[in-house]
Amino acid sequence: MKAVISVVGKDTFGIIAKVSAVCAGDQVNIQDISQTVLQDYFSMIMLVDISRISVPFADFVDQMSRLGEENNLEIHAMHEDIFNAMHRI
Amino acid sequence: MPNRNDIFETINMIREECLDIRTITMGISLFDCQSDDEKRLCNKIYDKIMFHARNLVQTGADIEKEYGIPIINKRVSVTPVSLMCGGVSRDGALAIARTLDKAAHELGINFIGGYGALVQKGFTNGSRTLIDAIPEALATTERLCSSVNVGSTKAGINMDAVALMGKVIRKCADLTANNNAIGCAKLVVFANVPEDNPFMAGAFHGMGEPETVINVGVSGPGVVASAIRRAGDCNLTEIAETIKRTAFKITRVGQLVAKLASERLNVPFGIVDLSLAPTPAVGDSVAYILESIGLEKCGCPGTTAALAMLNDAVKKGGVMASSHVGGLSGAFIPVSEDAGMIEAARCGALSLEKLEAMTAVCSVGLDMIAIPGDTSEAVISGIIADEIAIGVVNNKTTAVRLIPAGNAGDMICFGGLLGEAPVIPVSKYSPEKMISRCGRIPAPLQSLRN
Repeated sequence: MKAVISVVGKDTFGIIAKVSAVCAGDQVNIQDISQTVLQDYFSMIMLVDISRISVPFADFVDQMSRLGEENNLEIHAMHEDIFNAMHRI
Repeated sequence: MPNRNDIFETINMIREECLDIRTITMGISLFDCQSDDEKRLCNKIYDKIMFHARNLVQTGADIEKEYGIPIINKRVSVTPVSLMCGGVSRDGALAIARTLDKAAHELGINFIGGYGALVQKGFTNGSRTLIDAIPEALATTERLCSSVNVGSTKAGINMDAVALMGKVIRKCADLTANNNAIGCAKLVVFANVPEDNPFMAGAFHGMGEPETVINVGVSGPGVVASAIRRAGDCNLTEIAETIKRTAFKITRVGQLVAKLASERLNVPFGIVDLSLAPTPAVGDSVAYILESIGLEKCGCPGTTAALAMLNDAVKKGGVMASSHVGGLSGAFIPVSEDAGMIEAARCGALSLEKLEAMTAVCSVGLDMIAIPGDTSEAVISGIIADEIAIGVVNNKTTAVRLIPAGNAGDMICFGGLLGEAPVIPVSKYSPEKMISRCGRIPAPLQSLRN
């Protein structure tokens, strides 16, 4: 099972580190990262494996949302299937 | 890894363009609750609903959280209660209403539907008892919804029922007059009613449905309007293609949610309803879609053609995205629940007559329309008869949900998803003589298809 973490906001130090730390703490394995900075605007997509996650996925979603609020970023963790359903036939 | 642009497109649809799943509705058959003791009947209905739907709200919330897609309503629909009322008194019918409402409150669902009857060809004792109880039932409950089917292409129009429903709506309005006639917002009169509709107030669990079923209604007018705006200065064929592509994506999410809910609740998947259902929120309006196609105001000349194209393109896009499509499936035009419709009605661009024309080409009918509080029973019945005739002759579902309250030009506020509506003027000329003739308008020639 995989999930997508999206991060959008003003660029600052340590965004990837903070997101990665939460992933590591919950045994969520990062499989792919795609990241760009355009005019101080940070945007990142992270594909993660949640098959061995140590907390309910809903709690992980909440942790990511809180991390976003604390750092003035928009962070969403969503199950990969919603993107596959919408964009792949 | 999913494509980066696709990921941001999905997130943008949800965060900025109001994409949501409008409802997960669980249908529950009440046939095995039958009893000759009214108290026992109510207890069995309550126990059955509480057992089957006990995890509905939590399951909806879990899916919402994990997949990041808002699921606005969790609802239950039941077997038309008139079928349970054969040997039941009026008090018994009211007790069932209170039972259903109590179950809805305890489950935490938004609405429970099915307090209705199918009388397109005539009344049974049970349907008479039930319809007689509707005004009091809706005035004394909060989450109960009611629907009555008074016509079909196969049966014609039961004008006795049309005349009766004019009185019932009038009585509903009077009993809830101090609450903006809210009872009428929970009552809808149908032609060709679908038996698997997940949307309220018309949802019920049809006679041919399984014991329990999950039906899902999608939404997303804001997504369609944004896609049309992004399409820029193109021709109408390209607009139709844009709508189709967008409807496909929206419906795929509905299919995913329906499949997940069905698996987690261990209840068979019924249908996805492809409807574009607006809310009063800015940016979630079917009227704005029509205006983004190029109308100065919804209701101006050209509106019916634009709506016809929209309705058709939504179906064509959505039907490929779901394994089972059903319910109402098309564009909804409830006036009070659509910011653009409210504005168009308020400024006079949208009249009752134009709305009636629009219902000939969209999925439902005259929906959530406030009319003057002093509108007579006969005029209400006349409006119902016209709308039902459109459905019966065109072999489609039509419906009427009218709220007689206030005076023409007043704003009537219902709150929440029901929104607010300007009171639209109605013709003062009366069809009283025609309505009082009663009888049955015969089924049209197009009913003979065999």
